[in-house]
Amino acid sequence: MLQEEVKRELISILGSAYVKDDPQSLVTHSYDGTPMLQSLPDGVVYPSSTEEVSRIMKVLSRYKIPVVGRGSGTNLCGGTVPVQGGIVMVMHRMNRILEIDLENLTATVQPGLNTKQFSTHVESLGLFYPPDPSSMAISTIGGNIAECSGGLRGLKYGTTKDYVIGLEAVLASGDVIRTGGKLMKDVAGYDLTKLLVGSEGTLAIITEATLKLIPPPRYKKTMLAMYKDLYGAARTVSKIIENRIIPATLEILDNATIRVVDDFAKLGLPLDMEAILIIEQDGDQEAVERDIAIITEVCRSEHADQVSIAASPEEAEKLLTARRSAFTALARLRPTTILEDATVPRSKIADMVIEINRIAKKHQVQISTFGHAGDGNLHPTATTDARNKEEIARVEEAFEEIFEAAIRLGGTITGEHGVGMVKSPYLEWKVGPAGMDVMKAIKNSFDPDHLLNPGKVFAKETRKRVVIQRG
Amino acid sequence: MANGQTQPMNPLTEKLRLRLDEDQLTNCMRCGFCLPACPTFAETGLEAESPRGRIALMKAVTDGLMAPDQAFEDQMNHCLGCRACEPACPAGVKYGQLIEQARDAIEDHKRHKPLVRAARHAAFKTVFPHQNRMKWVGRGLRFYQKSGLRAAAHATGAMKLFPKHLRDMEKILPDAAGRGVVEQIGDRHPAKGEKIATVALFRGCIMDVLFTDTNIHTVDLLTAAGFEVVIPREQNCCGALHAHSGEAEGARELARRNIQTFKAAGVDYIVSNAGGCGAILSEYDHLLHEDPQWRDDAVWFAERVVDISDLLVRFGRKLDFGRDDAAGGTEPVRITYQDSCHLRNVMRSSDAPRKLMRQVEGAQYVEMTGADRCCGSAGIYNITQPAMAGQILDHKMEHAEATQASYLLTSNPGCLLQMKHGIEEHGLSGRMEAVHIVDFLHERLNK
Repeated sequence: MLQEEVKRELISILGSAYVKDDPQSLVTHSYDGTPMLQSLPDGVVYPSSTEEVSRIMKVLSRYKIPVVGRGSGTNLCGGTVPVQGGIVMVMHRMNRILEIDLENLTATVQPGLNTKQFSTHVESLGLFYPPDPSSMAISTIGGNIAECSGGLRGLKYGTTKDYVIGLEAVLASGDVIRTGGKLMKDVAGYDLTKLLVGSEGTLAIITEATLKLIPPPRYKKTMLAMYKDLYGAARTVSKIIENRIIPATLEILDNATIRVVDDFAKLGLPLDMEAILIIEQDGDQEAVERDIAIITEVCRSEHADQVSIAASPEEAEKLLTARRSAFTALARLRPTTILEDATVPRSKIADMVIEINRIAKKHQVQISTFGHAGDGNLHPTATTDARNKEEIARVEEAFEEIFEAAIRLGGTITGEHGVGMVKSPYLEWKVGPAGMDVMKAIKNSFDPDHLLNPGKVFAKETRKRVVIQRG
Repeated sequence: MANGQTQPMNPLTEKLRLRLDEDQLTNCMRCGFCLPACPTFAETGLEAESPRGRIALMKAVTDGLMAPDQAFEDQMNHCLGCRACEPACPAGVKYGQLIEQARDAIEDHKRHKPLVRAARHAAFKTVFPHQNRMKWVGRGLRFYQKSGLRAAAHATGAMKLFPKHLRDMEKILPDAAGRGVVEQIGDRHPAKGEKIATVALFRGCIMDVLFTDTNIHTVDLLTAAGFEVVIPREQNCCGALHAHSGEAEGARELARRNIQTFKAAGVDYIVSNAGGCGAILSEYDHLLHEDPQWRDDAVWFAERVVDISDLLVRFGRKLDFGRDDAAGGTEPVRITYQDSCHLRNVMRSSDAPRKLMRQVEGAQYVEMTGADRCCGSAGIYNITQPAMAGQILDHKMEHAEATQASYLLTSNPGCLLQMKHGIEEHGLSGRMEAVHIVDFLHERLNK
C-alpha cells in the first residue's frame, strides 16, 4: 500500500487524476504480455514531462520505493511486471513527436509515442524508421528502446539500437542525463546511449529519444515459398545468406503456426505444408528482381513445393500482418502459449530447428516454431495450459534444454525479447560469472538502491547448467 | 486484496465465478493486440478501459485477487460492447460473451432503485418481448408526435425537465408508424423473375415501429434480386438489448420463440437489416448452447441468419441502381458509410455494403476515417453513458465532416439515430443526411 505522505507528495507533483491506487488501477498494471506472471503494484502514476519524472524519482528514492517504467505492457519477458510492488510509471501522456529534422534526417520523440503511429508519420514524410516489432500497433518507442526490440526487418536493417542516437533519461536520484545527439559519429566517452537501449528499465527512465531515419527503399517484392519438409525450409534460410543475399525479411512458419495464423487471418495459406518462408527484398528494382530470381533458385534447389510472388503491396502487407499475429494466434491451440527467442548464428538455423523438435519430443510437449529465421532468431513456442502444473514443469525443462542448445551452437538465450524475469536464471550461462559482475557493477553505479525495475535481469540464483553430453 | 484469506465470499464474486467462462478468461494471453481497436481505450488511454484490462479485472475477481466493487461494475458497463476487439484478437477470445456474462452476474446481484427497477421491468419484460405491445408504444409515440403534444412539450419547455442527452434523442426520433410492415404490405412476397431462394425477413421491434419504410424497402430489394420473402407474423424482439444489459434469461426466452416461429416458416435464409439484431440472431447457438432441448434448432437458426447486404452481394441477382430521376444534377453525389459494429465485428460483414454503394450510378463512395469505429450509440449506451458517448460522437463527426459527403449511410437503427443526432449537433444539417443503406439503395433502384 502506498503510504499517505508518499501519495500526497506524488499528488502535489501530478495532481490527483494522475496518481492512482484503487484496486482497478493496480490490477490492470500487474501484468504484461508474458504468460503466468502477475504482481500488484502499490500505485500507478502518469507523468507528462521530464521535470515531473525527475521530481517523482526524487520522492521515490527518498522513500526507497521501487519504480517500473511502462509503455503499453506488451513485452514478453516479464519486463513490466512490478514483482516487488512499488510504483508503475505509465509513459502514455508523454507521446509527442517533438521534431522531425529533415536536414539531419532525425526524429526527436517522447517515450510514450506509439510505434506504428510514428512509423506511419515518418513514411508520410518520405522517410523510413525500420524497427518493426510484431507488437508495433500497440507498443511505444520508449518500450522498444527499453527492450531493444527487433522485428521482421532485423536481418537487413538491424534493431532499435541501430536507430537510437541520443537519449534523455532520468536516473534513480532524479538527475537528468543527456546522451549522444543528432550525431552520426560520437566517441565522447562510454556509449551510454547504447548502454541504455535494452537496459529494460533497470538503469534509468527514458524521457526523450533522438532517432535516426533513413531514406525508404524504392522498390519491394514479397514472396512465399512452401515446403513439405521443415528442414528444407530451414536449410534454404542459411543458403540464401551463403549466396550473399540479405533479404529485408526472411520469416519461417511451421505447420502448426500456418494453421492458426490462417484460422485468424483467413489468407488461404496451404495447410498441408510443413513450413513456409515469407521473404521480402527491397532496394532498387533491378537489384531486387535479381535477388528474388536467385532466392527462387535456392528455394527450388531445397525442394520447395511452390514459390509464389505477392500480387500486390496490399497482399504482401496482409501476409506480414498475419505473421505478426503468430504468437497470439497459437493460443487457439491451447490457452497458454510460452514463447522464447533463442537465437543462433544464421548458418545454424537448420541445426537449431532439429534440436528444438528433438527436445519437444523428449519432454512430450507441443512446441511450434516460427520466427525471424533470416537473423537466426527463432521463436519456439510451447502451447500448453497454465492450469496443468505438471505439464508446465515439462515445458520449463524443455526450454532449459533449448537455451542450452542455442548456446552450444554459438547462440544466445534471447535475441530480442529481453531477459526480464523469465530468462534471468539463465543469463549467466550466456555472459559468464565475470560478465555478470561487470553488469552488476554497472547497475550499482546507476541505481545503488536497486529501485529501478528491481527483480529483472539479475536472478537471485542462476540455474544449474546441465551440459548434455552428445555422442 | 483478500488473497488467500478465508472470509465469507462476496456474493457477487460467487455469481461471477459461476457465470464467467473460465476457458475464455484463460485464453486471453494479454498480448494487447486489442488495445488499438478499443474506442474507450482510445478516448482515455487507460489500461482498465481496454478489453485486456477488463478481462484482467474479471479474472482478478474470479481468482480472488480483488473484490468486485462499484468501480468494477462501472467499468463493465463502460464498455460499449462494440466487439471491435474480437476481430483484432489473434487468440480468438470471445470478449462479447465475457462482458455479457459479467453484466448478467452484476444485474442478477443488483438491487436497483425502485424507479429504475420499474423501468427495467417495463422495458425488458412488459414491452420489448411483445411485438403487439411495441406497436402500442409506436402508436403512443405517433400520437405524441402528431397530436400537438410534441409541439406543446417543446413550446412550454416541458422537455427541459429531461437531461440534455435524452432531449437530443427525442428531437431526432423519426415519426413512428402505427402499422408495421406486415399490416402495410402483407406477409408473403413472390420473387421477381426466377426465384433464387426463399428468405424470411426479421423485421425487428424498433425497426418496425420507427423505420417501417426501411422494412418495406428491404422487401422490395430482396424480391427484385430474386428472393421470395416471407415475414413470419409471430416473430418478436431479437433479445439483443436484453443480452447486452445483463438480462440473459429474457434474451433466451425471446430466442426460443423466434426459433420456433422461423423454423415453422421453413426458409433458406433469415434476413436482417439491422446489424445489432442480426448479430444476436447469428449467436442464438451460443445463447442456447446449454439448453439441450433447443441447442440443435438454435444452430439451424444461427446458420441461416444473414444481413441484407451480404445476401444481395453473395447470392442475389445484380440490381440496377441507376434510376435516372433519383440523383438529379450531373455532379456525382458523395456518399460515405458508418459501419454497424455488430455487423462488422460479429457478423463479419464490411465489404458487402461497400460493394453495393460502389454499384450506385451517379454516386461517389468515399471511405470515412475510422468508419470501423463505434459511433457511441452502442444499443442504449448513449443513454446510459452520455459523457463517453458524446466524446466518441464528437470525434466521429469530425471524420464525417471531412468526407464532405451528402449522405452518411449506416446499417443499423441505433447507429442511424446517433448519426442523425451527430449531424444536428455539429451543425451539418442541410449539408449531410443520415440514411439507412437500404433506403438509399431503394431510392436509386431501377425497378
